Amino acid sequence: MEWETVIGLEVHVQLSTESKLFSSAPTQFGAEPNTQANIYDLALPGVLPVLNRDALKHAVKFGLAINASISNTSIFDRKNYFYPDLPKGYQISQLDFPTVGKGSLTITLEDGEEKIIGVTRAHMEEDAGKSLHEDFHGMSGIDLNRAGTPLLEIVSEPDLRSAREAVTYLKKLHSIIRYLDISDAIMAQGSMRCDANVSIRPMGETELGTRTEIKNINSFRFVEKAINYEVQRQQDIIQDGGRIVQETRLYDAHRDETRTMRSKEVANDYRYFPEPDLLPIVIDQAFVNSIRATLPELPDAKKTRFAKEFGLNDYDASVLTNNRDMADYFECVAKSSGDAKLAANWVAGELQALLKKNNWEIKESPIQADRLATLIARIKDNTISGKIAKTVFEAMIKDSSNVDDIIEAKGLKQITDIGEIAKLVNEIIANNPEQVEQFREGKEQVLSYLVGQAMKLSRGKANPAQVNQILREKLK
Amino acid sequence: MALDKSEVEKIAHLARLHISRTEAEGVMSRITDILALIDQMQTVNTDDIEPLAHPLDALQRLRADEVTEVIHYDDLQSLAPEARDGLYLVPKVIE
Repeated sequence: MEWETVIGLEVHVQLSTESKLFSSAPTQFGAEPNTQANIYDLALPGVLPVLNRDALKHAVKFGLAINASISNTSIFDRKNYFYPDLPKGYQISQLDFPTVGKGSLTITLEDGEEKIIGVTRAHMEEDAGKSLHEDFHGMSGIDLNRAGTPLLEIVSEPDLRSAREAVTYLKKLHSIIRYLDISDAIMAQGSMRCDANVSIRPMGETELGTRTEIKNINSFRFVEKAINYEVQRQQDIIQDGGRIVQETRLYDAHRDETRTMRSKEVANDYRYFPEPDLLPIVIDQAFVNSIRATLPELPDAKKTRFAKEFGLNDYDASVLTNNRDMADYFECVAKSSGDAKLAANWVAGELQALLKKNNWEIKESPIQADRLATLIARIKDNTISGKIAKTVFEAMIKDSSNVDDIIEAKGLKQITDIGEIAKLVNEIIANNPEQVEQFREGKEQVLSYLVGQAMKLSRGKANPAQVNQILREKLK
Repeated sequence: MALDKSEVEKIAHLARLHISRTEAEGVMSRITDILALIDQMQTVNTDDIEPLAHPLDALQRLRADEVTEVIHYDDLQSLAPEARDGLYLVPKVIE
């Protein structure tokens, strides 16, 4: 039987703020345990929450970016459960009146087709602390630094049809969030976390199958692997005549499998009720407009503009707009060098490879946009060849001096003096009588061999077009 | 709507409240009375009434995103029955 996979993702992102959602304690990542948790985060008696304005702004900004409705009134609720890393005994979240309502984003599938993925809602809530279960002789250690950090939970519609689509959606979401600069969204550090709701159904069926929820997936690659494993597991069960049990499963990256969460009490009975310590949040049009005014150009718009303005193909435009810093870098190189196509090749090629190899962010690149632009300009004005440019590029990684000085100091300037090239060509003709003969007999392809010899002799510095031209003249 | 004893026990467990067998009877009848009141309220026509999330007729004030507090780390640590390496220790929570 042919099966259809149905996936919806719940993505939590930590909003970038200085202080917590409801308290004025700091939110720095990686601080010593419990140095960022104040009396509110520890839930000492009598403390009261006060909402962080910037966290609300970030949530609204995200909503506007995905063309979602922004609720005029949003209400916080208590989600009740007991766990030591949640000292209050409840998490403040939003149930029926989230800040961000229905929206959507567009993803590009592998075959180039575009698909719209619905976002059901995005609501604000506070993060919990962390529990450490090792090394405490029958005790658990609790670190409440993360408790109260603002989160935005973004819930998608069950519109995704494969693990690959799910990853594409997640990457798009990541890209938009980074463009908006509302979160670091680093999966490995937990500032972006993903739960996947997965079910399967016979192809053509319209009812949804029983779903399982996979938690604990902390990289893009694992999202794909976890979903693929789960889909196969569900197919095997159904084909063996079994039934899927609705449950929460954990992804184990070491074993590449999902397994039932072991817990005595998975009772999802959170007994939500409106948070009495917080009044309704009313967002007026002026507030929304002031945030709309701060929206940057988003990846889709930038991609379209790059394609049009710089004549980039679809692939280059995509690669260069995934990441906002990369897009800004490219745009600067393209404009200063005056050659967008070369700029695209260099940024998406050599530069990307360099960053990847060293695990650098583009902002850490030792070759800044203006320097790469100068390098490209020197290819264009024939000071150096494209091949020599790669040598210069290598040198620029360690040498922060002026590009022209590097070319000069290393003696890499292209030889464009006709007299000098003629000398080279004469030498090649004298040394390769056999090939010269063959060319004169009409063997056209021998010419490129001779050009190659001349280039080699000049150690790559001769201008190949000129060598070609002078050779032809001399062999007439 | 009436509540049976097992439901009372379940709610008590979720709220981590200890209720003895004898107390459970009394709690059961009191909650059942409250539910009867709710049933009565449900019969009122509320079609044109906006849901009320909070009894105060006021809106939430927002706070500037600033770290304004000193964290009294040593005092807070000393409140915990047990702490080690800065972590608060509690009875092991996973099986």
